[in-house]
Amino acid sequence: MDFLRTLQEGTPLFLAGLKLTVSISVLAILIGMLIGFITCLCRISNNIILKAVSGIYVWIIRGTPMIVQAFIVYFGMPQLIQTFVPGFKIDSYTAGLITLSLNAGAYLSEVFRGGLMAIPKGQSEAARSLGLSKAKTMLKVVLPQAIKISIPSMVNQFIITIKDSSILSVIGLADLVNRAKVYVGSSYQFFATYTVVAVYYLVIISILMIISMYLEKRLSYEYKG
Amino acid sequence: MNIKVKIEGLYKNFKDNQVLRGIDLDLCEGEVVCIIGPSGSGKSTMLRCINLLETPSKGTITVDGFNITDKKADINKIRRNIGMVFQQFNLFPHLTVEENITMAPVDAKLMTKQEAIESAHKLLDRVGLLDKKDAYPQSLSGGQQQRVAIARALAMKPDVMLFDEPTSALDPEMVGEVLDVMKNLAKEGMTMVCVTHEMGFAREVANRVLFMDEGRIMEEGTPEEIFTNPKNERTRAFLSKVL
Repeated sequence: MDFLRTLQEGTPLFLAGLKLTVSISVLAILIGMLIGFITCLCRISNNIILKAVSGIYVWIIRGTPMIVQAFIVYFGMPQLIQTFVPGFKIDSYTAGLITLSLNAGAYLSEVFRGGLMAIPKGQSEAARSLGLSKAKTMLKVVLPQAIKISIPSMVNQFIITIKDSSILSVIGLADLVNRAKVYVGSSYQFFATYTVVAVYYLVIISILMIISMYLEKRLSYEYKG
Repeated sequence: MNIKVKIEGLYKNFKDNQVLRGIDLDLCEGEVVCIIGPSGSGKSTMLRCINLLETPSKGTITVDGFNITDKKADINKIRRNIGMVFQQFNLFPHLTVEENITMAPVDAKLMTKQEAIESAHKLLDRVGLLDKKDAYPQSLSGGQQQRVAIARALAMKPDVMLFDEPTSALDPEMVGEVLDVMKNLAKEGMTMVCVTHEMGFAREVANRVLFMDEGRIMEEGTPEEIFTNPKNERTRAFLSKVL
């Protein structure tokens, strides 16, 4: 258990891994929010096709393990596409980002849907009775409230996305966990290495939690002085 | 007197449930009509049809000569002319009192932001809540919230105000302050339709009282006629329970 040695030798490696973990997670969260928002709108729309497609998407993502999804995107899809486009290849970062974004999107769409459904009908009725259009009612009355109550669940999903990015090490993404595995292979510092890695995750996620606490406080309906 | 709202042959079904079964009603300018009746009699549904929060199944509603039940009618424009006050207040919790009032007139481009704020202050002064302009609805009592809701509806300068049991969700000691605001409004000549359980208010303020049951207007008349000498048996039965 040589923490000092692990920190000295491993830090450059871990930091490179951390960079990848953070970059893929942040991108996946952003893309996932966009996918989630669009999917949510499709699910609550009156269009049967949009409803069905978005429903099936959420069903498949929620109903299958992410590790299997990652294998399908990284190994399976290229094989399928190669029959049409010979020599098609996908790198592990792109495959990982696709998997992680699709995953976050599906769960976030449910988070958004829950937020929208939690807003009492009276709110949109009041806005409509004042002559606001359907779109304006959504934009000015329903969405601001729905987003606010969705924040805790949204942050929860962000945390899950950051942690789940470690699963992508199975398709060779050189993230924090993967780098740690590499280092352990040569140093045999199992306890020290994985403890350091755990602390790295704890730090990123703690930062996220602090931001969310600040946001929740900022958005609470209190007296404007 | 000018007819402000004309309802002809209004029917409303929710799937198999017939809620309104043929309503005919003329509402004159400046008239205050109170609708009473047991719950489930269709009072609120009828009120909600007047600003199309419910789509009538059959029949026509004309406001200021415009057929609002026409599919080509601009719903949003029509609604601006008809204020509505809800039982549950329905103030927007994420906006301050002032923002609640200014949002719609600014959105409809009836006023600039500055004009809307000035008008909001006047309205708040009228309902006695100017000092609460920067408060969020959550920090107000039920009675205060409902007064703000009335001010919010008035900000659009509507010709007609609809009240859907505006005091039913209030603690008893707050009913008076809301009714006072409504009484003043009636005195100023606002055309009002109120679904209410406040028989005292109906008796004092209404020009006309309608008794509804099972989706029909069973009896209508002056407060005097309805409350002291009801002709319909159901009206009598209902009043004996609530008075």
